[in-house]
Amino acid sequence: MGILDLTAVQLGKAIKEKKYTALEAMEAVLEQIDKTEEDLNCYVTIDKEAALEAAKKAQEKIDAGELTGPLAGVPVAIKDNMCTKGMKTTCSSKILGNFIPQFSSEAVIKLEEAGAVIIGKTNMDEFAMGSTTETSAFGATKNPRNPEYVPGGSSGGSAAAVAADECFFALGSDTGGSIRQPASYCGVVGMKPTYGTVSRYGLIAYGSSLDQIGPLAKDVTDCATVLEVIASHDCKDSTSVKREDTDFTSALVKDVAGMKVGIPRDYFTDGLDTEVKQAILDAAKKLEEAGAIVEEFDLSLVDYAIPTYYTIAAAEASSNLERFDGVKYGYRAKEYDGLHNMYKKSRSEGFGPEVKRRIMLGSFVLSSGYYDAYYLKALKVKAMIKKAFDEAFSKYDLILGPVAPTTAPKLDSSLSDPIKMYLSDIYTISVNLAGLPGISLPCAKASNGLPIGVQMIGNVFEEKKLIRAAYTLEQILGDLELGGVRA
Amino acid sequence: MSKNYETVIGLEVHVELATKTKIFCGCTTAFGGAPNTHTCPVCTGMPGSLPVLNKKVVEYAAAVGLATNCKITQKCKFDRKNYFYPDNPQNYQISQLYLPICRDGHVDITLADGSTKQVRIHEIHMEEDAGKLVHDEYDDVSYVDYNRSGVPLIEIVSEPDMRSAEEVIAYLEKLRQTIQYLGASDCKLQEGSMRADVNLSIREVGASEFGTRTEMKNLNSFTAITHAIEGETERQIDLLEAGKEVEQQTRRWDDNNGESYPMRSKEDAHDYRYFPDPDLVPLNISDEWLDEIRSNQPEFKEEKAIRYREEFGIPDYDIGLITDSKKLADIFEEATAECGEPKKVSNWILGETMRILKEKSLDPEDITFSPANLAKLIKLVDGGTINGSVAKEVFANIFDEDVDPEAYVEEHGLKQVNDEGALKACVEKVIADNPQSVLDYKGGKVQAIGYLVGQTMKAMKGKANPGMVNQLLKEMLDK
Repeated sequence: MGILDLTAVQLGKAIKEKKYTALEAMEAVLEQIDKTEEDLNCYVTIDKEAALEAAKKAQEKIDAGELTGPLAGVPVAIKDNMCTKGMKTTCSSKILGNFIPQFSSEAVIKLEEAGAVIIGKTNMDEFAMGSTTETSAFGATKNPRNPEYVPGGSSGGSAAAVAADECFFALGSDTGGSIRQPASYCGVVGMKPTYGTVSRYGLIAYGSSLDQIGPLAKDVTDCATVLEVIASHDCKDSTSVKREDTDFTSALVKDVAGMKVGIPRDYFTDGLDTEVKQAILDAAKKLEEAGAIVEEFDLSLVDYAIPTYYTIAAAEASSNLERFDGVKYGYRAKEYDGLHNMYKKSRSEGFGPEVKRRIMLGSFVLSSGYYDAYYLKALKVKAMIKKAFDEAFSKYDLILGPVAPTTAPKLDSSLSDPIKMYLSDIYTISVNLAGLPGISLPCAKASNGLPIGVQMIGNVFEEKKLIRAAYTLEQILGDLELGGVRA
Repeated sequence: MSKNYETVIGLEVHVELATKTKIFCGCTTAFGGAPNTHTCPVCTGMPGSLPVLNKKVVEYAAAVGLATNCKITQKCKFDRKNYFYPDNPQNYQISQLYLPICRDGHVDITLADGSTKQVRIHEIHMEEDAGKLVHDEYDDVSYVDYNRSGVPLIEIVSEPDMRSAEEVIAYLEKLRQTIQYLGASDCKLQEGSMRADVNLSIREVGASEFGTRTEMKNLNSFTAITHAIEGETERQIDLLEAGKEVEQQTRRWDDNNGESYPMRSKEDAHDYRYFPDPDLVPLNISDEWLDEIRSNQPEFKEEKAIRYREEFGIPDYDIGLITDSKKLADIFEEATAECGEPKKVSNWILGETMRILKEKSLDPEDITFSPANLAKLIKLVDGGTINGSVAKEVFANIFDEDVDPEAYVEEHGLKQVNDEGALKACVEKVIADNPQSVLDYKGGKVQAIGYLVGQTMKAMKGKANPGMVNQLLKEMLDK
């Protein structure tokens, strides 16, 4: 077993035991990047020298006994919508193509304090708008399990980097499934925590009321460990929640006896691929065999989730993205005639088509005369969806279902039909609308060789139940032999 | 004019709150500073930055609401007002549209004829100020300074209850006085910490419908407001008389030319696409918090006046003028506490203080001297250490530099001469030098003694005890 076969937690332990150094870990990752990055395009920015320098410094602190946490010396990749002080942060958009932040996002600071070492910034759908990482202004990322397929999105670069061993773990952000869906497509573990658990300070907003930062990792143990490090109550983020129960690793227990698992019938209708469906039901069966009580139920309102999500997320995005105007930072058109023309040209040239589509949609639903009919109605439906989940969680400890209707689609097959692409978010977006935690972990390999992920959804602040169930299932399933570019 | 018209006026008043830091970040609100030095990622709209509400803003806004008889919206929210302009770094302003912090209030104003009137307040909401654009005089380039970006404002929106410039000024004076009493703002129109936009329409007396209104901006003094109201009333009446319609528009008042110019019409009105700001959680003003704000409300003019009457026994005229300004009332109370002479303190405030303020075009809020020094000055006069005219000279220095009057008198040798021998010698010389005046006096022109007193004071460089001089002169002349 080589260094790259280690999980983040295993590597952290090995460094502590002086089997490896942080520098060796970074060198191994950079070597892997040299081999596979050209084909995969997981990263937007890699600063090798800075990464090696930071690894050296981390090792010094480890040797000095200043860094003792489980992630000390472990190389990490950061999605390119999280600000990193002094390192380009682009949101995979031309409009921020030259933007270097003055400060780091809170989640990144937490990781750095824990001794994790940043490799670089991962590719994503432009401003996290997309489900394939193909809307990036810097080219698509490819799925390491089979480069003819997309890695999912919008945290496709992070998921692919983990799957391709181009990092030991990564941070992503999830507004409508952007961590869980690429984790599923790439065969890694991804988790979206309860809204308010990880500070959004420094995360370049897409849909502020839905955005959450979370880990993408090789296994559930890494996921719980990273979440424990990045969860914080941050007075710089008014939506940040004070929690006393963030010792997530304490839930890494193989035991689901008596746990009540609800399977929403509404998630297993026509649109779901039969092979995916079978894999999910098999996973549920495994949990049942391990002592869980598995039941089918009707969640309701599932069909309303997509229009509700695209109304709210687009409305918030249309306002959040107004600051990118060519005045203060970022891209400005070369030639223009007066202020309004400068705005128009800079934004027309700086944003890609999917971002423009959502800005227009969001501006429309907030317009005078349409606000009540669209935006306000969407907020009401959002509250109803939350209520439907509240009811479900009065009966079940967690909800289990698919992450996406299919395995990863082929490259260049999604963007031509955006509505179809939006519909593929159906199983993940309700979780954001209700502010719930959700985890995606690989549960099978499909006949096309691509991974299938299973999603578990918990009640607010009940990540530990998710972690316990996911850890148990992971232990039962063992190695799925997902293969890929490195294997 | 063939018909009888009435002017209908409502005001939108912006007041800059006196918090030390901005509304959504920790940057200072201090005036001045090199461009963009009072800024941070939040108030310059950097990607990834988030706003956090300054609680003091809520307290000031609620205090103003309570003082103007508003209902406080204990569960209120902030909304984003979206519009593109470079002074607005996020291209949206965080304001309140759907659930403003205060609603349905009123203030009572008193007019020159002694009558009173109630002006209703529609709402008061909290919002952030914008930065400032600086256009280069020589090059075709503009700069932006975000030092003022994020400075907290409240906007006080009245109902269209005012009918004349006099009522408008009385309403503004009342708001200013109330807010200054609260310490929530210094409310200086010239410096822009209080700004009023005038919504004005005309209708025939007795009509039940309002006419089409215009909104007038750029009014930075009470005089400008009065001129603008008169000018706009005339302009609208002329239009109606000529059979034309008033167009709903925003106009800019140019006080130098006494004219207004259209800025934008209803057709180019923005669609601000207001929606609740998802970065800020709904604000919950608990009963306890509101009680605390209520219990911290100061004593306002009316209550003060009643207390002054009982406690100090000074004339109602004095009380009225002193309590018009929180600053003057504070000076009055502190100085009186030090010297125990309310009427004398009042005389100094209403006399010399007001005179100097007027002479220097200052507001009472600009006063920097300490009441203790005024009290000391009064004691010096009472004790006979200095005379009245020297006291005025010393006061001018107290006003300007807050000098300690005791030290000042000592340093400049201004002590009153009470030495009878010295005074007698001087009086004798004055009598000898002015035989004509002496003759006049003796011939029955009693007022001639005034001239002789003056001559003696002059000879004593103003420091003589005037009572004693008078006494001595009379004694000698009547001999």
